[in-house]
Amino acid sequence: MKSGSSVEVRLPSELGFEKVALSTAASVATLMGFSADRVEDLKTAVAEACINAIEHGNQLNDSLTVGVVLSTTDDELEVRVIDDGCGVNETPASPDMDRKMLGEEDPRGMGMFLIQALVDEAEWHQGPPGKSFVRLVIRLDKEKK
Amino acid sequence: MQAATKVTERTATAASGSPVTILAFTGDIASTSKDAIMEAYHGLGASVTKVLLDFTSADYINSSGIAIIIQVLLEASKSGTRSIGIFGLTPHFNKVFTMVGVAKYATMSPDEATALAAL
Repeated sequence: MKSGSSVEVRLPSELGFEKVALSTAASVATLMGFSADRVEDLKTAVAEACINAIEHGNQLNDSLTVGVVLSTTDDELEVRVIDDGCGVNETPASPDMDRKMLGEEDPRGMGMFLIQALVDEAEWHQGPPGKSFVRLVIRLDKEKK
Repeated sequence: MQAATKVTERTATAASGSPVTILAFTGDIASTSKDAIMEAYHGLGASVTKVLLDFTSADYINSSGIAIIIQVLLEASKSGTRSIGIFGLTPHFNKVFTMVGVAKYATMSPDEATALAAL
């Protein structure tokens, strides 16, 4: 696969369409030579980023779309998931299962944690509508470790 | 766009001889799965003390789906009499469930035979 290639997908703001993005990301990562387990990590991270964009960024508004832009270099795959929300300015917190089991913490709210845990880089950028995005990166050099 | 979740109930016997109820999932395990999973769980008889959740045929799992499983674990814990085990997850989702802490409250096994042997 040629370095510098780019693939763009636009998703309706409807839950379930994140699977289109994760399938696309998996196809690109596989073409680049990522191992199956890294592809699985990426699929979950991309799915969670798209779910956040659909639910929180675009608030399930069917007049808005979520942009997913995949960009490749020789050794990394970058995925930007762009929505019309105002972005996220908090650091993802680790889920506290003990507190969840006591009913003190929402059972949900694990998406950002999973994104950060499963990729090599995850950054959340705030911007005006249509410019807020999360940027995910996985690197091929991690494959050799 | 999300595939409907189907929950099938069956019974088995643990290595210890105890009866075990297995709730087997097919389709997506996502936010839309809540009614199917919770209705199946709430439909279990009060005498059921050992439950296994079978993910062998689950197509897709996301964090909203995991949150529903946590809700099941929470209700089982509150009952004080019911234990939950999980089997059939792919290695990736076994890792994800462990990362978020589910493994602390549910026995995780690779397959049904191993899960029944552990009970």
